[in-house]
Amino acid sequence: MGLSPRPDANVVTVDPQSQESWVTTRLDFLVNWGRANSLWPMPFGTACCAIEFMATAASKFDLARFGMERMSFSPRQADVLICAGRVPFKLAPVIRRIWQQMPQPKWAIAMGACASTGNGIFDNYAVVQGIDTIIPVDVYVPGCPPRPEGLMYGIMMLQKKVMSERMADKSLRNEMEPDPRSQLYIAPALIDEVSENFGNSVHQTRSGL
Amino acid sequence: MSGTFLPVLAGHAESTDVAAPATPRNVPYHGGAANPTADALRAQFGEAIHRVDVVWGETTVFVDRMQVGAIVRWLHDDAQQRYDYCSDITAVEYRDLERPIEVVWHLRSIPFRRFIRLKALLAKGQPFVVPSVYDIYRGADWLERECYDMFGIRFEGHPDLRRLLMWEQYKEGYPLRKDFPLRGRFSRSEQLRQILSQNPEAKYSMEELNVLEAFDELPADMRQRLGKGERVGE
Amino acid sequence: MATTNRTIDVALSTTGLDSQGRPQRVPLATDQAGNVVPLTATPALEPELEGEHMLINIGPQHPATHGVLRLVLELDGETVVRCIPHIGYLHCGFEKTGEYRQYNQLIPYTDREDYLNSPGNNVAFALGAERLFGIEITERCKVLRVIASELSRIISHCVWLGTFCIDIGAFTPFLWIFQQRERVYTMLESWIGARLTTSLTRVGGMGADIPDGWTDDLANFVRTFPKVLGECETMLTKNAIWVGRTVGLGAMSPEEALNYGLSGPLLRASGVAYDVRKDFPYLDYETYDFDIPVGQAGDVYDRYLVRVEEMKQSVRILEQALKRLPDGPVNVDDHRVILPPKSKATSDMESMIHHFKQVMEGPRPPIGEAYVAVESPKGEKGYYMVSDGTSKPVRWRIRPPSFVNLSAIPKMVEGHLLSDVIAINASIDIVMGEIDR
Repeated sequence: MGLSPRPDANVVTVDPQSQESWVTTRLDFLVNWGRANSLWPMPFGTACCAIEFMATAASKFDLARFGMERMSFSPRQADVLICAGRVPFKLAPVIRRIWQQMPQPKWAIAMGACASTGNGIFDNYAVVQGIDTIIPVDVYVPGCPPRPEGLMYGIMMLQKKVMSERMADKSLRNEMEPDPRSQLYIAPALIDEVSENFGNSVHQTRSGL
Repeated sequence: MSGTFLPVLAGHAESTDVAAPATPRNVPYHGGAANPTADALRAQFGEAIHRVDVVWGETTVFVDRMQVGAIVRWLHDDAQQRYDYCSDITAVEYRDLERPIEVVWHLRSIPFRRFIRLKALLAKGQPFVVPSVYDIYRGADWLERECYDMFGIRFEGHPDLRRLLMWEQYKEGYPLRKDFPLRGRFSRSEQLRQILSQNPEAKYSMEELNVLEAFDELPADMRQRLGKGERVGE
Repeated sequence: MATTNRTIDVALSTTGLDSQGRPQRVPLATDQAGNVVPLTATPALEPELEGEHMLINIGPQHPATHGVLRLVLELDGETVVRCIPHIGYLHCGFEKTGEYRQYNQLIPYTDREDYLNSPGNNVAFALGAERLFGIEITERCKVLRVIASELSRIISHCVWLGTFCIDIGAFTPFLWIFQQRERVYTMLESWIGARLTTSLTRVGGMGADIPDGWTDDLANFVRTFPKVLGECETMLTKNAIWVGRTVGLGAMSPEEALNYGLSGPLLRASGVAYDVRKDFPYLDYETYDFDIPVGQAGDVYDRYLVRVEEMKQSVRILEQALKRLPDGPVNVDDHRVILPPKSKATSDMESMIHHFKQVMEGPRPPIGEAYVAVESPKGEKGYYMVSDGTSKPVRWRIRPPSFVNLSAIPKMVEGHLLSDVIAINASIDIVMGEIDR
């Protein structure tokens, strides 16, 4: 589940007509290195994961060594939106607007099970079953809440993703727009199909006891 | 202990014949000692008190729906009762859909260290209206709003009974009712579509923050640049 | 001093250009001679703005609202005329979901509503469920639950202190205090396996007994924590900036506080000595020797003092609990609620059947209802459960202290300045997970 990967994500095609050269790859490295090591997070913290995020930023686990100690609570100055916590439907337009207010280049981390998929325990009328329906997500960090080491692993994955970007790929900085008819990033039919009653979320056992 | 504080060792009880509080042990299922308030209520209100139950040591008094205001006012004001603290106001709907909905008030008397539960029954088919205790306890403000939001029970006399937890234009119904399914009445994508189109925050008058509304006042070259898709920060 | 007659152009464009496309300048106040008037100029310089109120929106995404709270403030200059709070941005249907879960399955939910006080919530819920089932827990379990509740109180107040300091502007105590939280996290992790959302209790007992050496860790913590707390106090309590920013803010009189349904440190700072542990005790709290701090003015400074003192009293309770922790079983020996040990469940037929019934269907209480309230760090936390004899509650009501405490915020911030709103909001110690459920 999630978004389909960008068309040329990991495939590097060599086009003899393009202007890509040793200089541009060095430039790529420089730009990506700068971006990856100073990702200013926009902590969209709602619930328990926000506390673990705070613990990750505190002294014992320390996000400052990733260049992320400058929490940018204004989306205008942020690079990565870390959605930490469950997102109910009432909060959905808010996170959508925050994402739209962030300038490119921007990435999103779904921290925790609730942000990634809605978390089986919150499969009810009020919770968005995964924020990737509302905003495009780059990294999903599982856990309820994820341990600080887990979040840091997710951040390092994002750094790897950032390092593998190329300036020549203009599509990377296109603002991904939701489908105008549904306003969603995943087709409604797909959402409904994957959100059918699964296992025990509504009844405790299949026998209904 | 710093001098700013008044160390209080035994709570705020005023009456000397209030027993020293102790952790309840071996509480009987039925047949425990009733709260003395129950008898006082019977004496004061007669037929408005339908029934008194003592379950697990807690006294529940079933009262007439429309007399709740007067009863709570008396409990609050009477010098022998002094129920000055409203803990909670909620409602219970049973799985047996024939049973009436019970509106529950949890009241505490801090001077006398008592706890009482009042219940009023709302039969299905009649309007779900009960008097509000907002004038007696300001703390009932949000408690009653939430009860309305979750069950659809109207509290007469509440100055501002709006939805509190769900957004005000919420169309699916009253979530805690038993005929409301756990996952809501609409499909997941439909729920998302509804909330994204409603955008409840944009309901106050800060026009300056919405660049689109000020678009006409922007200079022409800026309008052109924005129209061509220029983004900040490239 | 001389006044000028100027029109102030309040075209707040987000591009830095005014309506003519020129770069915006913030106008300086100048008098008729052209001299710059210092910033202490009276508002009479700007007569057109008098009488016009401004509507400011704080949140729901905001660093200082302690969660997703939206406050709409009507301001007269910088003074708050009216405050309208909007909640519900974290409403996740806990109470509805509770009707579809067995009693032990509800314990992880109790972690996640007030996530700063997870062990305390677990204890509260277990007490409520045990009242509904009519179970008496063992002595060891009682003392362990007291330890869990008081540790939880300490770490919740730690978060409060750290974030409150950040809201006022002091960043350092946050780092000091969170280091103490990490120590408690390590202890909780060795006990039950989780740092934050602990699921410590079960109906009739605890999820696990404490491992060997855990009491030594706790004794060590209890010995060293007051020193760190003392350092924070040295930095804050008599600090002129701190006192200047917190004294006199958001004061509630005792009658008002009771009427608004406030509880916990807010009520006690206002002068009402109501603490559920003293007035409606549970877990044998009447046998522990501790005091409850009661303030006088009910303002933000008093709430700060009350919470710091509560942390010290919690340390006192923990010392006593450590001394009196008895040996013995942690779980009650009742096959209806407690799973049999694995060795018996796999060998003895009766135990296997009990195990099967409990896992598949869950423990079933008799028909009835129970409301049990505990003193959480935020106030009076209650769980009201109604049972119809099946393994899932008919109604699971959480009485959230922060919910009722927050409803008093319009009263508390009236007449104060905008920056005071943040301080007052922080002093209530809200957790949106509990408010919205």
